Order: sequence, then structure tokens, then C-alpha cells
Amino acid sequence: MSMEFMLIDNMPVEIAGEANILSLIRKAGIDLPTFCYYSELSVYGACRMCVVEDKWGEIHAACSTPPKAGMEVRTNTPRLRKYRKMILELLLSNHCRDCTTCEKNGKCKLQELAQRFGIKQVRFSNTSEESDMDTSSLCISRDKSKCILCGDCVRMCEEVQNVGAIDFAFRGSKMCVSTAFDEPIANTKCVGCGQCAAICPTGAIVVKNDTARLWKELSNKDTKVVVQIAPAVRVGIGKEFGLPEGENVMGRVVAALRRIGFDEVFDTSTAADLTVLEETGEFLGRLQKGGVFPLITSCCPAWIRYAELNYPELLENISTCRSPMQMFASVLKEHYKHSNRKVVSVAIMPCTAKKHEAAREEFQENGIPYVDYVITTQELIQMIREAGIVFSEIEPEAVDMPFGATSGAGVIFGVTGGVTEAVIRRVSDDKSVSALRAIAFTGVRGMQGVKETSIAYEGRQIKVAIVSGLKNADDLIRKMKKGEAHYDFIEVMACPGGCVCGAGQPFTNAEGKKLRGAGLYDADRMSNIKRSEENPVIMALYGGLLKGKTHKLLHVHYHRKA
Amino acid sequence: MQEIIDFKEIDAILERYRYESSSIIAILQDTQAKYRYLPKDVFPYLSEKLGISTAKIYSVATFYENFSLEPKGKYIIKICDGTACHVRKSIPILERLRKSLGLSESKETTDDLMFTVQTVSCLGACGLAPVLTVNEKVYAAMTPDKATELLAKLKEEN
Ligand code: SF4
Ligand code: SF4
Ligand code: FES
Repeated sequence: MSMEFMLIDNMPVEIAGEANILSLIRKAGIDLPTFCYYSELSVYGACRMCVVEDKWGEIHAACSTPPKAGMEVRTNTPRLRKYRKMILELLLSNHCRDCTTCEKNGKCKLQELAQRFGIKQVRFSNTSEESDMDTSSLCISRDKSKCILCGDCVRMCEEVQNVGAIDFAFRGSKMCVSTAFDEPIANTKCVGCGQCAAICPTGAIVVKNDTARLWKELSNKDTKVVVQIAPAVRVGIGKEFGLPEGENVMGRVVAALRRIGFDEVFDTSTAADLTVLEETGEFLGRLQKGGVFPLITSCCPAWIRYAELNYPELLENISTCRSPMQMFASVLKEHYKHSNRKVVSVAIMPCTAKKHEAAREEFQENGIPYVDYVITTQELIQMIREAGIVFSEIEPEAVDMPFGATSGAGVIFGVTGGVTEAVIRRVSDDKSVSALRAIAFTGVRGMQGVKETSIAYEGRQIKVAIVSGLKNADDLIRKMKKGEAHYDFIEVMACPGGCVCGAGQPFTNAEGKKLRGAGLYDADRMSNIKRSEENPVIMALYGGLLKGKTHKLLHVHYHRKA
Repeated sequence: MQEIIDFKEIDAILERYRYESSSIIAILQDTQAKYRYLPKDVFPYLSEKLGISTAKIYSVATFYENFSLEPKGKYIIKICDGTACHVRKSIPILERLRKSLGLSESKETTDDLMFTVQTVSCLGACGLAPVLTVNEKVYAAMTPDKATELLAKLKEEN
């Protein structure tokens, strides 16, 4: 097959099946500015930042123009620069300019591009509107006045998450992104996944920030503040501090948390091991006693919410295991129940939906939640900066006893397929190293949204599906309901790619997501305990604190709401 | 005020369009024909049956001027304020109607849901100016006094 080329700024670039010239331009190492293009969403073509000029001086939107052999385009002509500046000025003319007090400050694309294109003044009069906030959700807040109508959130919510909580409403100058009847977002089918906030280029949708309240708690001498760190956080945080994307920096996170003032620091992976044992037990129990199948995982709170709102009949399929965060929180509560200081339980999570999970009535006693604060990776980054900690120079430290041991199986929970792989490690009878390695190649790994595999167990084949992204989950459920597919075990994560791609993490592209996944598999490889049942902490817990209390502390029943 | 919806009627409409989400505009039109506006409670029902989000239906409903999310009166009076009618003094007619019904620019419908008073930009009957319509019926060469008489007649019908 002969190769086809296109000329980009006089450089020949090979066309290799790219859907649009924007991808080609980026492949050529040119960072063409965009607001409304994301490779995982449909093309909208509205912002016009991605314009290029062909050799006849015609202007095209690169995101919505397919590449053609022999085509010649320029990406940086005086005309294009003028055009882009104009767009930015128009956007800024009705946008609030209080950048310093905006939650998105430093991460806003509008701010970044205004700086990049040297916008020093805006020629149009400022017609920005008063801020119009919706703070009803525990996970995200919206401020309509900061919206630039790129529609990224709308397409994310509908195309990737199949929720459709928000859409464009009205038209012309009244056009806005809105819920139906402008209801508070908490009253819609929003699952709190935060993916809209992750993708929003401005401060129009942001993740809720709970750091101010937590700082107060930390400075209170009468409280003991204990914290757990989810698996995905360790591979999502380093890049912000100049370390390579996806590098496992758990030791530094632990050290930083101690410096910030946390009294005890633990690893949620430890509780993930509990989840593996409990969930496997439940699965085998259902096999023996003939329970409901498929068994569907319960770690992801956005998925739980989605099921509650859309498929309440599936709640009985969902494992009764609490999420690792909640398992750990209950264990900690029990462990510290005789403490003479008030214990405050904090969880550092890659996830915005965990903020909602922490507030659910199933996870509180006498109105006091088991987890007092859920802080996202991004909020932690802010706290580390606020504390003046030089993260790249801090010496790594280990987590605290008596919960200081983790297994590789628990760590890989943070990436799609990880829960399944951990469970397979547990059920497979062959405990040899080669068998363990072979599991990695059964189709459980990789960032694809839908994966299938099957495992042999006591003479039968167990069919497994692994999905991430709620649209993928929904498609799978529909197929199952139509009888076109059959599974025994399904792992569901709401965020495409799993928790490493959670909306609480700093935003990254597809390549970055892969690196984060790889970072967790590296951590697994380096771990001297591979299987959950080999974790000595877990064994000690079953023999001690959990004795006779596994159901009370580790399980939950989600009920259909009337 | 909460409209009582007979969902069997909505089902009949959906039936007519074979539950196809691509027919959403027609489905909304028929629903509006039934209730004279789009009641809020219909949205979740349509969403469930058609497999599209309530936000998307709201998006369609707010895009077209023709759809109303507010309840409308039994009699929808539209006063033409196109150039011809305006010159021939349609505004005093509008003012008379609003005054006698206690309505204004922001309040178009009476609380008893009998009357809605709106302006339109040209009914295309300039020869008959000033014109108004009640539901689909056209009344030509109107004056404020004739409008008052018309109101009295409509009230009597009930
Ligand atoms: S809220 Fe954000 S992502 Fe959504 S349309 Fe507005 S600017 Fe774009
Ligand atoms: S948080 Fe998730 S479900 Fe809610 S509006 Fe955003 S994308 Fe949609
Ligand atoms: S990125 Fe091409 S038009 Fe927005």
C-alpha cells in the first residue's frame, strides 16, 4: 500500500487513518488550540479555534475536515492569529474576568489561550452576566455565567455516560446549558461522575472543593485525623509536580500528608483486599447456592447511582460488598472506637462521586458519616501547594501500622479490569507464578471500554465482562436483557478507563491515562504480596477486629427507592 | 398548578409515532394540541418511553418558539402587531384586552385558564387590519369596544 501525505506548515505528514486534520496536525507536534474537540466525543465544530488556512487562502475547521492526500494547510498565518484573537476576545467579552477567585484558576483553557495569544485587552464592552450558581450536587458545582457553550459537557454526559442530565436549552442569545426546567442538578439523573467538570474548559462546571473545612479540622488539637489514599491517586498526582505522568509516588503522598498534619495515613488498597475476599466469597456462595447472576461489582458509586436511577431491578445483582473506601472507613471506626480523641476520617480519592457516597444514609450512624471528608487528588494537590511542600524533593515514607500491608491485587483496583484480575487471582487454584502471569493475558488488561473473558472454575466456564464508561455499561445491560449476551460476573466502572481516569484526578489525555494504568501494574509487579488472601493485615483482621462482624462492617444493601 | 395527565392519551400519541425518538417534535406538537402547552410531568414519561433524556426534550421544547411550557387559556387570543395592524391601532385593542382580563406582557394567561393574550408579528391578513384570532378563528377590523364585546360573548359561552 502506498503512503499518503499531507503538507502541514510545509512538513509532509503521513495520513494513517486519522479522521480529521486536527489529529494529523497534533501528530506533527503542533499544539493547535481547541475548545470543543475531544477525540472521545463526537465532533461539534463550533468554537472555530482550530482553524487552518489552505493554499488558496480558504479557512477550515481542522477538527471537522477529513485529511486528503496532497492537501496543504498552514496553522499559524497572520490571518489565523487574528481570527483566533478575535474569537478569544468575543468569548471574554461576556465572560467574568475574576480569574484569581475562580476554582479553575490555572487550569482554565480560556485563561490559558488568552495568555498564549497575548490578549491584553478586549475591544468589546463587557456584557458578562452575574454569576448563576447551582451548588445542589455534592460532587460538582455549575456557574452558567462562565459557560462558553462549547457543549463538551453535554456530549460527555450523553455520549460517554448515557446520562443526559444537561443539554443546550433555548436559542440565540438566550442559549445556555441547562437541566430540564433548570432544575437543580441534584434533582436530575446526574450520577456525580464529574466527567463534565473534567472536560469543561472554563470554570462553568467544577468539582466541589472541601479543603477549607478540612484545614480547620487539621488544626484542631482535639481531633485525630486519619486518612486513606485510593490506589489511583499515587499514579495521578506526580505530573503536577514535574514528575513523569503515571509514576507511582505513593511514598511521597504519604510523607506529604504527614507534613500537612494527618495523624495516621493508610492505603485504601488494604481494604481493596478485603473487597476481593468478600466479593469472591459472595460469588462462590451464589454459585453454590444458586443465587442471582450476573454478580455485578459495587466499588463505583457513580455506577451504583446509575443503577438505582435506571435499573433498580439490578440492585439485587450488585454485590453487597461496600466499596473499599467504605470498608476501610468502617474498620477504622471500629478500630478507634475507644479513642479518647474525636476521630475524623478522610479519604483521598480520584473520584467526585465518592463525595456523594460518603453522604449516603447507608454509610452513617446516628447521622455521623463513616467518612467525614472525601478529598479529590486535585484538592490534595492544592493542599500540598498551600502547605508549601516541595513534592518533588520530599522523601518517600511508608503508611502506618497496623494496616500497613497491601497486595498487588489491591493496588490494581484503580484501573479498569483490576478488580476482576484480583478476583481471578483469588479463585484460581493454580497459585504458581506462571499462572499468575497468565491471568494478565486473559483479556482483563487494557483501556478498552468493553472487555470479555472467561475463566475455568471447577469444571465450568465463568463468563466475565469488564466495562468502563456508563454508556458501555448500559449497552451491555440492554444486550443482556434482550438475551443476546450472558455473563456470570461484570465489573463496572463509570469513568472510562477506571479510577485512574476519575474526574478528581488532574486532566490527562489518552496517552496519560495509559501511563497511569501502567503505573499501577508496575506497583503490582514490585509488590511482594500478589494475592489478597496473602496480605497478613487482612488475615489479622479476620482473626480479630472483623470476627463475627464481617456482615455488619463490610456489606451493605442498596434498596429500591420508592 | 399541577396538570393531571392521562398517560393513556400520551401512550396513544406515542403509539401513533411508533415510539420513535426521532419523531420527538411531532410528539411534542400532538401533546401540546392536547394540553395547549407541554406539562412538566410529561417530560419524564416521554424520556422513559423514548429513551432520550428529559434535558434533551427540554432542549427541543425551548428551541422552538411554538412550544409553550406555560399553561395556556382555553381561548388563545392573538393580536396582530404587524406593520399594517399596528398603524391601524392594534395596540389599544391589546391594552383593552389586557386591562379587562388583568393581564400584562409578562402574565399572558388568566388564573382560571380561560384566556391567553399574546401578540403576533403578522397574521398575513393585512387587508383586514387590525386583526385578531381566537384559537383558529379570525376577527377582522377590530376596535377596543368590539374586543370587549367579543370577550363578553366568549365568557357567556361557558
Ligand atoms: S459548561 Fe463548560 S463544557 Fe459545558 S458548554 Fe459551558 S463551557 Fe462548555
Ligand atoms: S457529573 Fe456526570 S452525570 Fe452528572 S452532569 Fe456531569 S457528566 Fe453528567
Ligand atoms: S475544536 Fe474545531 S471548532 Fe472547536
